[in-house]
Amino acid sequence: MKVNTSGIALPAWLEIGVIPVLNIIMALFFSGLIMLTIGVNPIEAVGIMINGAFGYDEAIGYTLYYTTNFIFTGLAVAVAFHASLFNIGGEGQAYIGGLGVGLVFLTLDSYLPTVLLIPIGIIAAGLFGAIWAFIPAWLQAYRGSHIVITTIMFNFIAAAIMVYLLVNVLIKPGQMSPESRVFDESAWLPFMHEFLAWFGIEVTRSPLNLSLFFALFCCFFVWVYIWRTRWGYELRTSGFSEDAAKYAGIRPKTVIVSAMCLSGALAGFVAVNEIMGVHHRLLLNFTAGYGFTGIAVSLMGRNHPVGIIMASLLFGVLYQGGAELAFEIPKITREMVVAIQGLIILFSGALALMLRPWVVRIYLKFRSVDEVTSA
Amino acid sequence: MDTLSGFFAVLDATLRVSTPLILAAMAGLFSERSGIVDISLEGKMLAAAFGAGAVAAVTGSAWLALVAGIFVGIGLGLIHGFACITHRGNQVVSGLAINILASGLTVVLGIAWFSQGGQTPSLGSESRFMPIELPFAEAAAQSIPVVGQFYSEVISGHNLLVYVAWLAVFGTWWVVYRTRFGLRLRAVGENPLAVDTAGLSVSGLRYSAVAICGGLAGVAGAYLSTAQNAAFVREMTAGQGYIALAALIFGKWRPMPAMLACLMFGFLDAMAIRLQGVELPIIGEVPVQAIQALPYVLTVVLLAGFIGRATAPKAVGIPFLKER
Repeated sequence: MKVNTSGIALPAWLEIGVIPVLNIIMALFFSGLIMLTIGVNPIEAVGIMINGAFGYDEAIGYTLYYTTNFIFTGLAVAVAFHASLFNIGGEGQAYIGGLGVGLVFLTLDSYLPTVLLIPIGIIAAGLFGAIWAFIPAWLQAYRGSHIVITTIMFNFIAAAIMVYLLVNVLIKPGQMSPESRVFDESAWLPFMHEFLAWFGIEVTRSPLNLSLFFALFCCFFVWVYIWRTRWGYELRTSGFSEDAAKYAGIRPKTVIVSAMCLSGALAGFVAVNEIMGVHHRLLLNFTAGYGFTGIAVSLMGRNHPVGIIMASLLFGVLYQGGAELAFEIPKITREMVVAIQGLIILFSGALALMLRPWVVRIYLKFRSVDEVTSA
Repeated sequence: MDTLSGFFAVLDATLRVSTPLILAAMAGLFSERSGIVDISLEGKMLAAAFGAGAVAAVTGSAWLALVAGIFVGIGLGLIHGFACITHRGNQVVSGLAINILASGLTVVLGIAWFSQGGQTPSLGSESRFMPIELPFAEAAAQSIPVVGQFYSEVISGHNLLVYVAWLAVFGTWWVVYRTRFGLRLRAVGENPLAVDTAGLSVSGLRYSAVAICGGLAGVAGAYLSTAQNAAFVREMTAGQGYIALAALIFGKWRPMPAMLACLMFGFLDAMAIRLQGVELPIIGEVPVQAIQALPYVLTVVLLAGFIGRATAPKAVGIPFLKER
């Protein structure tokens, strides 16, 4: 008997446990095939990657530093997803968030103490990111333009603005490369190795900084916001059905704008890690595709903060382990990670339901159809 | 006469840089008119450019390279179709996956196969599409002022694929508006249920649309690596797939207006290079970045409904579930 499987509910452990893991296994399987094509042993590669990501404390530092970025961009995409909006503009929002940090710090860094500078920098990153998301959101809500297209366009506009400002305005005088001057040390977010040294714990230097804690705080905040507040309820409701939301007295337009602003702010926080924590100056292309990786992270993490932390960690391992892999095996470059990322988006996102009918069929072998459909 | 030939040189450059945009915009038109959102033009072009560049380098044949580009494009188009049509996945997510996959895979394979930092080997003129002198170009330039010059300096002297792009616009218009297939294609993008009720296969129509889309994007990619340039270079599409998408929206999903939008964006691109460091009257020096960002800004403004309205095909982006 042919059953339409999409109507059959599966228990949670299958739906949010087994199927996502199967999807990732599919993506990794195809990644392995690519490695075989270019003559690299995938098993060996995995070993090098794991060792490169966790083998020594510097590696762990790098892995968690990447993870921090992915948590921010993953949360950004997830918040928008819950409102049924697709924010492809994380890249541009993070970039403009960096501009916010840069402008504030280049003006204020020699006047204010660290305790004021750090919060101001965080607010600036979030605010600028939010502004960059506000325009597409407003256009979607009130002018009916499609948010996917506008956020794509805004990524390019952000890149053009940043190149213009860094080449012509913010560049440190007498310097060739388009970078701003280095901020005063009072505006630096402490590195993790410095932070741990205060408690007498010695670890090797790495770019990991205190923004990791802020990222984890953001996860908690997003969880509370989405599932434990009225605004989160309104956001999920209007994401689920705009008409139902209207009927319930929720204004979907306001929700679209507020959800996108929150999403943009979260993406902007990438600048907290990159600009305040690592580079300490404004520079080109510091976002390095993290905004797009956020989409993969959010899809893999099923738009839930806990899932996003796990997916971010996996991508942190891929990035850091991938760098190590490129170093060990000359045939492989860091772009291998980009290809794997593409496969993960394909299998965990676009083909997320491909394996579901099979899982349902196997599940039905153990349960009778009537029992399942009547339940 | 000097300003005239300078102007002609800009027009000539405009045609060269608009060609991949036009081909990609026509590609996107087929897909989007059938109801499948395609943000993966960028990835298809990039992968096809790599495929064509690699095949041209190995075989030395521009024609085989073109075929390879088309096959790569169709292959990615079918993957997009498999995800969006068969499995009713999110079309934007699928497109994004293809873009990212292409961006990574082209470099990985390029380095593994050619060890030139992600490039394919440089192509000699025999394995590329070279400029073609149209008949009477020389004579026309000498005997007819202005028009003859226009003919010889702007129209003539492009490679074959530039002319193919013009044909593609006409062909797209003809297929979409003058054939039975085109009627069905437009219908399936507006109201798939009606098409299904009429006994036609929604999936079949959409699969053929994404395949045509992939093929045209493949030609655009082959143009980049075997006609405009002499090798595949990593990330050589540099956002042109997205500009083509913008042009498609700007042209309101119609072939001729989309082509005009491509020509306008190409013209802006050609001007950006010339205006670098030039003081214009009243407005002063225009930053290159401002001109580069203009296509995106214009598209946003258009989509916001401030200059006319761009209405997408009604069923675009919505997976079709056949009632059982």
